[in-house]
Amino acid sequence: MSHSAEEVQKHVKVYITVFAALMVLTGVTVGASYLHLGSTAMNITLALIIAGIKGTLVAGYFMHLFTEKAIINWTLALTVVFFIVLLLVPILTELDTISLI
Amino acid sequence: MNIPFTTNPRPDTGVYNAKLGIWLFLASEVMLFGALFSSYILIRVGAPEVGENAWPLGSDILSVPVAFTNTMVLITSSITMVMAWASLAMKKFDKYKMFMGITIALGLTFLVIKGFEYNSKFEHHLFPSTSNFMAIYFTITGLHVLHVIGGLIVNFYLWIPGAKMWESDPERFTNRIEVAGLYWHFVDLVWIFLFPVLYLL
Amino acid sequence: MDASVKEKSSHDDHSHHEEAFIWKYVFSIDHKVIGIQYGVTALLFLFFGFTLMMLMRWQLAYPGEAIPVISGLFSETTMPDGIMLPEFYNSLGAMHGTIMVFLAVVPLVVGAFGNYLVPLQVGAIDMAFPKLNMASYWVYFVGGIVMLVGFWMPGGAANSGWTSYPPLSNIATTGQTVWLLGMVFLITSSLLGSMNIIVTIVQLRAEGLTWMKLPFFTWAQLVTSFLLLLAFPPLEAAGVLQLMDRLTGSSFFMPSGLVVSGEVLDIAGGGSPLLWQHLFWFLAHPEVYVLILPALGIIAEVIANNTRKPLWGYKSMVYATIFLGFISFTVWAHHMFLTGMGTAINAFFQTTTMIISIPSVIILTALMISLWGGSIRFNSAMLFACAFLPMFGIGGLTGLPLGLTASDIHLHDTYYVIGHFHYVVAPGTIFAIFAGIYYWYPKVTGRAMNEMLGKIHFWLSLIFINGIFFPMFIQGLAGVSRRLYDGGASYAHAQDYLYLNEFMSISAWLLALAQIPFIINFFISWKSGQKAGDNHWDATTLEWSATTSPPLGHGNFEVVPTVYRGPYEYSVPGKDKDFTPQNEA
Ligand code: HEM
Ligand SMILES: [Cu+2]
Repeated sequence: MSHSAEEVQKHVKVYITVFAALMVLTGVTVGASYLHLGSTAMNITLALIIAGIKGTLVAGYFMHLFTEKAIINWTLALTVVFFIVLLLVPILTELDTISLI
Repeated sequence: MNIPFTTNPRPDTGVYNAKLGIWLFLASEVMLFGALFSSYILIRVGAPEVGENAWPLGSDILSVPVAFTNTMVLITSSITMVMAWASLAMKKFDKYKMFMGITIALGLTFLVIKGFEYNSKFEHHLFPSTSNFMAIYFTITGLHVLHVIGGLIVNFYLWIPGAKMWESDPERFTNRIEVAGLYWHFVDLVWIFLFPVLYLL
Repeated sequence: MDASVKEKSSHDDHSHHEEAFIWKYVFSIDHKVIGIQYGVTALLFLFFGFTLMMLMRWQLAYPGEAIPVISGLFSETTMPDGIMLPEFYNSLGAMHGTIMVFLAVVPLVVGAFGNYLVPLQVGAIDMAFPKLNMASYWVYFVGGIVMLVGFWMPGGAANSGWTSYPPLSNIATTGQTVWLLGMVFLITSSLLGSMNIIVTIVQLRAEGLTWMKLPFFTWAQLVTSFLLLLAFPPLEAAGVLQLMDRLTGSSFFMPSGLVVSGEVLDIAGGGSPLLWQHLFWFLAHPEVYVLILPALGIIAEVIANNTRKPLWGYKSMVYATIFLGFISFTVWAHHMFLTGMGTAINAFFQTTTMIISIPSVIILTALMISLWGGSIRFNSAMLFACAFLPMFGIGGLTGLPLGLTASDIHLHDTYYVIGHFHYVVAPGTIFAIFAGIYYWYPKVTGRAMNEMLGKIHFWLSLIFINGIFFPMFIQGLAGVSRRLYDGGASYAHAQDYLYLNEFMSISAWLLALAQIPFIINFFISWKSGQKAGDNHWDATTLEWSATTSPPLGHGNFEVVPTVYRGPYEYSVPGKDKDFTPQNEA
């Protein structure tokens, strides 16, 4: 990307908004951990959703992924696929305790 | 004899070499932390539901306020990092110096706080051998700390000795800051996940 | 003196005088020099790994007998009176595997061939990051040294197998810690190298070199690099966890209530030995494709060139390779069928394993059909390539029974497994490496290797290598375990097959002798081989058609080439010569 000075000026406003959002969400994460949603699983899910939103903001804006070139996004898509495969490790180990049929 | 596309993007891919390089590196980092994360889940799920070996609640053992502060510190350092790059893109070298300086200071603050945190764990006789929770806590945060240190070294280089390049090749220098920034944000991003996973759940 | 060297090097961006030796050959950033450094170091490790195995083969053939002649070379703690101790045998096994895979074969196919050829084949003046390239070699070098240091540790080198399964490896002697440290270096080196290769291929392709014009070798390197990039970090993570277990007493891989030598270990417990196996094989299965894909790439180049016709099904080979890359991440637990993971998982991995054989067969079939109707030149490189096909075929086909859970129950951990993967790696990848050396030697040195010696080397190697590995299938089917210190001498069910041990061992030693013509050839030809032209084999790809032999110092090309056509335009009708280089308009 070539960045003209005015363009960057506009970006800066976005960065500051994102920063504020991240701060607020950090507070929300802590707050949410005091809620009792019925089960640990629910609490974990909520916490991961918030972390996911924060992560998306960082990657999307600070790391420019929302406007990045296709080749980078494809590389990351590939990584995500293998990351998911990697998460099979714990799932598989527990699989025999869950009945499939 | 110069290698092409070190500064300007290659037309058909749209990126310069180091940008693709750093993203590939970050991809491998995703797999590294992903594997640790997987291990964490596996060991946690395998722990007994009750009894003395049951998985503890992070906030019972670790200090949430300390980690909360550290999260804020790291997120702030991310915005100053991005501002450092934006200043260069706007050709304001002095501002770059300032923002990069703040980024480094915040990184150091993170390490100092982390140091105190480790120390208080040791004082309470909490070691990796104490329980698998402590083991995974020390391993993942330790590896993260190493990443922070690595980032600080790079940032420091770009702050003082490496900044000479601004005179000779400003565009390439701006690219370098972007690449260093990508790494730094990634380190921040990892922490964003570590914080709830280790401290709150 | 020192100061003047530094003085010079800091100026040599602009001046063209001779660089000092140390910058030109030791800390060089030229991909060709680094490729040769990788090649030479890795060949030495290959030789060393081979030596370890020859020692083991003595113990297997003549269990408990003193080793003749060389027994004086060993210490009392490894071979008292020339008789090998079981612990030492275990170290040899673990280090043979580690050295062959991580220090010899991967550095050869990726570090040496990849480094030297990829920039040339894509028409680049160097790798995208030359300094990183140098770093990757030196990190590899340090990793290798660290691995060797293990032999001088109390208790000897790592002795829990190249797979280092805990809990055994967690409680093993210090050599294991050294092994883990060495692995961290090797993994780092691989990561740097693979990043570099990917960026080079994506970013530095010459003008006109579109994806479907890339030589198959370069495609193979690209996919291989992605495997290294994404599969190695989980092993690095596992290595860190095991280091923690060993050094800080954590229990990632230690289950509760573990009893060692009759005593319950005083540990927190709660860990999972299976976790290590998952993380290890998550790397190590893609790793076997790292071993074989570049080999297939080499073979494809040699076959296309020596049949003087285009590769049959180039595109399907490329797609099969990509598909193979993907699927190779989803089959890892076929190494763990017997760990009691559960039938559902076994069924899943059995299925993916059957699926992965499809692209392998596609590639192999395409290569065989490529032979059809060609006017084949049987030079040494081509002989090795031709032998590769059936040998790799045997290796692959014997993998199928291992991939089926039912038959794997019988075959797991027997010599059948050893036979299987060695057919893939030894007469497979190692033969491909030989083919590659004979084929590209004229490019690297400007001189061709001697064909007569090459053919002797080939025929003897082919015979003896089968003499080593084929009987392993027989022993394995009979149930002889792969990890026996005495080769089965104390087991009733193995008695009928013990005679094979001596046969295999003698074949192994003869195989070593069969390498002498190669070694002589390799050194003699460097200075006094027949002079080779720039395009010794009348090849089409850029490394031959656009450079001198050897290519120019730093910079490779006199004129950076532009590409107009596909990689294998051999015998194009209507042309007056039987090859049309990629850079010919
Ligand atoms: C060509 C000559 C070779 C011979 C005669 C040979 C022989 C052997 C033997 C006898 C074993 C069995 C060790 C045991 O009982 O545990 C073994 C293991 C092994 N070999 Fe080779 N080998 C050769 C080449 C290679 C090459 C080129 C590789 C490189 C990939 C390799 C990789 C391995 C590995 C990874 C193991 C370890 C198996 C384990 O312990 O789990 N070998 N080899
Ligand atoms: Cu496998």
